[in-house]
Amino acid sequence: MENVIEMLEITKEFPGIKAVDNVTFEVKKQEIHALLGENGAGKSTLMSILFGLYQPEAGLIKVKGKEVKITNPNIANDLGIGMVHQHFKLIDDFSVVENIILGYEPVNKFVLDLDTARHKVIELSEKYQLNVDVDAKIEDISVGMQQRVEILKMLYRDNDILIFDEPTAVLTPQEVKELMKIMKNLINEGKSIILITHKLKEIKMVADRCKILRKGKKIGCVEVAKTTESEMASMMVGREVNFNVEKEAKKAGDVVLEIKNLVIEHKKKYNVVNDISFKVRKGEVYGIAGIEGNGQTELVYGITGLVKVKSGSIYFNDQDITNMPIKKRFDIGLSHVPEDRHKHGLVLDFTLAENIVLHSYDKKPYQENGIINKKEVDQYANRLIKEFDIRSSLGSKTIVRQMSGGNQQKIIIAREISLAPDLLLVVQPTRGLDVGAIEYIHQRIIAQRNDDKAILLVSLELDEILSLTDRIGVMYQGQLMGEVKTYETNENEIGLMMAGLNKKESDLNE
Amino acid sequence: MNKKALSGIVAVVLGFGVGIIFSMILGIKMDGGLTTYMPQDVLAPMLKSFTGYDITGAEAYNLRYVGEFIVASIPLILTGLSVGFAFKTGLFNIGAEGQLMMGSLAATLCGLYLDLPPIIHPLVCIIAAGIAGFLFGVIPGYLKARFNVHEVVTCIMLNYVGMYFANMIYRSLPGFSSEKTEPLKETALLKSDFLSSITNGSHLNWSILIVVVSLFAYWFIINKTTFGYQLKAIGNNKHAANYSGMKVNRGIIMSMGISGLFAGLAGAALVLGVFGYGRTLTGFEEYGYTGIAVALVGANSALGILFAGGLFSILAVAQPLLQVAGVPRDIAVIISALIIFFCAIPLLYDKYINKYLEKRQHKKAKKQNGGEV
Repeated sequence: MENVIEMLEITKEFPGIKAVDNVTFEVKKQEIHALLGENGAGKSTLMSILFGLYQPEAGLIKVKGKEVKITNPNIANDLGIGMVHQHFKLIDDFSVVENIILGYEPVNKFVLDLDTARHKVIELSEKYQLNVDVDAKIEDISVGMQQRVEILKMLYRDNDILIFDEPTAVLTPQEVKELMKIMKNLINEGKSIILITHKLKEIKMVADRCKILRKGKKIGCVEVAKTTESEMASMMVGREVNFNVEKEAKKAGDVVLEIKNLVIEHKKKYNVVNDISFKVRKGEVYGIAGIEGNGQTELVYGITGLVKVKSGSIYFNDQDITNMPIKKRFDIGLSHVPEDRHKHGLVLDFTLAENIVLHSYDKKPYQENGIINKKEVDQYANRLIKEFDIRSSLGSKTIVRQMSGGNQQKIIIAREISLAPDLLLVVQPTRGLDVGAIEYIHQRIIAQRNDDKAILLVSLELDEILSLTDRIGVMYQGQLMGEVKTYETNENEIGLMMAGLNKKESDLNE
Repeated sequence: MNKKALSGIVAVVLGFGVGIIFSMILGIKMDGGLTTYMPQDVLAPMLKSFTGYDITGAEAYNLRYVGEFIVASIPLILTGLSVGFAFKTGLFNIGAEGQLMMGSLAATLCGLYLDLPPIIHPLVCIIAAGIAGFLFGVIPGYLKARFNVHEVVTCIMLNYVGMYFANMIYRSLPGFSSEKTEPLKETALLKSDFLSSITNGSHLNWSILIVVVSLFAYWFIINKTTFGYQLKAIGNNKHAANYSGMKVNRGIIMSMGISGLFAGLAGAALVLGVFGYGRTLTGFEEYGYTGIAVALVGANSALGILFAGGLFSILAVAQPLLQVAGVPRDIAVIISALIIFFCAIPLLYDKYINKYLEKRQHKKAKKQNGGEV
C-alpha cells in the first residue's frame, strides 16, 4: 500500500546534541504506526518537524508522494496532518462546537454560522461513534470526552494523518479500550495514525508497525504482531529490562498516618476532597489510584500543609497535625516527593547542593548562628550524590536546571529519603522518566518499605500502583471509592472504581 | 568569571562603542548643525571626570574630580543595592525614590531637633533614615504579601506620596525659606574637612562609610546567611520555598523593608554628607530610577553594583565636562541608555558568551581530570 508520509534521512540538531540523527520514517495509508522510545529519544522532535514546529537540518519530507516544506503548523494542517497533544488545547469556557471550529469558523455574510458547524460536528461524531455532547462546555465533560473533542477537531479540519502524542496518560483503563476502538474506526474510514507512546501494552493492542528510536537514532522497525513486548522494550532501552519489582512479603506495623473524614475545599466552591478516611502503617506502601484531577493533588497538599483543611483531621504518629505549619511537619518526620518537581520540588536556578539542603539549611551543622556552613553543605551533597548516583557535569556545584529529569528527580528522592522520615509521601515519582531511572526509584521506594517506613504513593500510572503497593485506595471525585489489598485485586476492578463505581458495584461487574 | 559579570561587561562595552560611533556619525553641534566627534573628544572628558587626569593637557591633574565622582556614586550605589536586594527575592522595587526621600526627611528631622554629641548624632540620624526607608518599603511589601497588589503600582504611587509628604513637613518647619530648612546641627553632619582637603576641596565626606558597610552587609546577607538563602529561594521559586515550609509572605515583606532601608540610607548620605539641610523638591531626582539601572548592569551582586554605581556616576559627572569640551552632554545620556538597552537584551550576545564559557569550562575540566574528559 502507498505511503502517506515519508520522512527521509531527517537530522535535527540542537546545541550540543543531535536530537534526531538520520532517521527515516514512513507511514502507510490506513495503518497505525507506533513511535516508541524513552524520553529524549527524539520522538517529539521528529513529530514536531512533521507538524512544522521545527525545521530539520537535513532530510526531506514527502506527503502523499509529493515533496513538501512544512514551515509552520498551518501548512501541516493544509496537508491533512493533525495532532492530539498530550495536554489538550481546549478553552474551558467554550462549548464543544466552539472549541472545534476555533480558527476555522464558518462565516455567513460576516456572521458566525454556528448552526452549519454544529451539524457538521454532530455528523462527524456519529460517523466515528465518538459520542460527544456538542453543546456541553469543556469544563463540564470528562477528560476522555475532551480527548474525543480533540479528535473531532482534527476530523472537522479534514485531516487524514492523525498524530496522537501519549494519548492514554490521562485515561482510565476502560477509556483506553474505548480509545483503541475509536482508533480502529478511524483506520477503517481511511485515516492513518501515528501513535507516540512508551506503553508497550497499547502498542501491542492497536498498532500495526512500530518504529523504535533511541538517542535520536532509529533502532528498528518491527511488525507488532510478530514481536513480543520484552523484545520491543530491550530495543528501546538498549538492554534487558526487569519489569517486575521484587518485593518480600511483610507484615504492616503500627499506624503512622491516619486521615479522618478529611474535607478540602476548592476555591470555596465545592469539596475537592470529600470526606476521606484511611490509614497508612509502618512497613507498607499505600497507593492512591485515580484519574488525574479527582482530588489526589489536593489530598496530598492537605497532608503536607500546602492547603488548609476545611474539616476532618490528620494524625501523624498519634499527633494531630491538621493545622501544623509545613516546616514542622518535615521536622517531625514527614517527607514529600512532590508531584511537580519543577514547580515545588526544586529551585531550578540553585545549585545541586543548595537544593539538597532545601529543608535542612536552617539545621546544624549546615548553619551556625544563621550563617550557612558551606563546607558542611557541600560534604552532605557529595555524600548523597555518591549514595544515590546522581549524575551531573559539575557535581554539587551544578545548576539543577541543566540536569536531566531523571537526575533532578534523584535529587528530590535523595533529599527526602535522607531526612529519615517515618512517612514518605511520594507523588508521581516516575512521571516523564526513562526506564532506567524508573527502575532505580522503584527500588528505593521498596527499600524504604522494607526498612519499616510508611509510604503513601499517589500515582496516575496504574501499573506503578499495582507493582509497588500493598494496599490501594481509589479516588473518584474527591471520595475514596474503596480500599483493596493489592494481591487480591486486578486492573479491571481498580479501573471500574477509577471510573466512579464503588467497590461493591465493581465486584458485581466482574 | 561568571556569566552575569561577563554579560554586564559586554553590555557596557557595546554601550560605549555604539554611543561613540553614533556621535562620530551624527554629532550635533552645540550651536546647531551637524558635525562629527572623534572618540577622544568623548572619552577624554569621561576619563577626567573620575581620574582627574586631563589627557589633552589643558588642565593640570586635579584630585577634586575624583572626590566629586565618589560623592556622586554614593547615592547611586545605595539605591542600586536597594533595587538589587528586592530583585533577589523576585520583587521589583521601583520605589527607592520615595524611600530615599523618607530617609532624607528622617535624617533631617533628627539632625535639626536632637541634641547629641558628634559621631553619635550622625549615627542616630542614619539609623532613623534607615528605619524610615524600611517602613516605607514594608508598605508595598505588605500589600503584595497580603492582598497580592503588584509592588510596581504601589511603589510608583508611594514615590509621589513620599515626595509630597516630605515637602509638606519641610514647609511646616520653623525657619523654612526658599525651599530649604534651616541648616542641620554641626554635630549631625558627615562633612569632613580632612577628606575634602585631600581631594582638593571636593564634597567628599564620611558617608562613604555608609556605602562600605552597606556593600558588605548586602554581600553577607545574600551569600552567607540562612535568611539570604530563604530570600533567594523565594525569589527563584516561591512555590518550592512554600513547599519546604519557608514563610514566603514574611520573606516578601522583609525583603521590601530591607530594600527600602538601603534607599533610606542614600537619603541620609545626601542630607548629612552633601547638603546639610532638608530640601523640598518639585520633581524626582531619579536616584531611585538610576538605581534600577545600576542593579541591572551590576547583575544584583554587591561587587557588580559597586562598579555599576561608579559607571553611572561617571556618566553623570562627565556631563558638564563634556559640555566644556564642546561636546553635547546628551552623548553621556545616550550611552547610559544604550548600556541599559544592551543589558536588557542579553539574547543578542548570550550565544557567544555561552560558547566562550563552555570552552573555558571544558579546558578546566580537562586540567582537573589530568587530560581526560
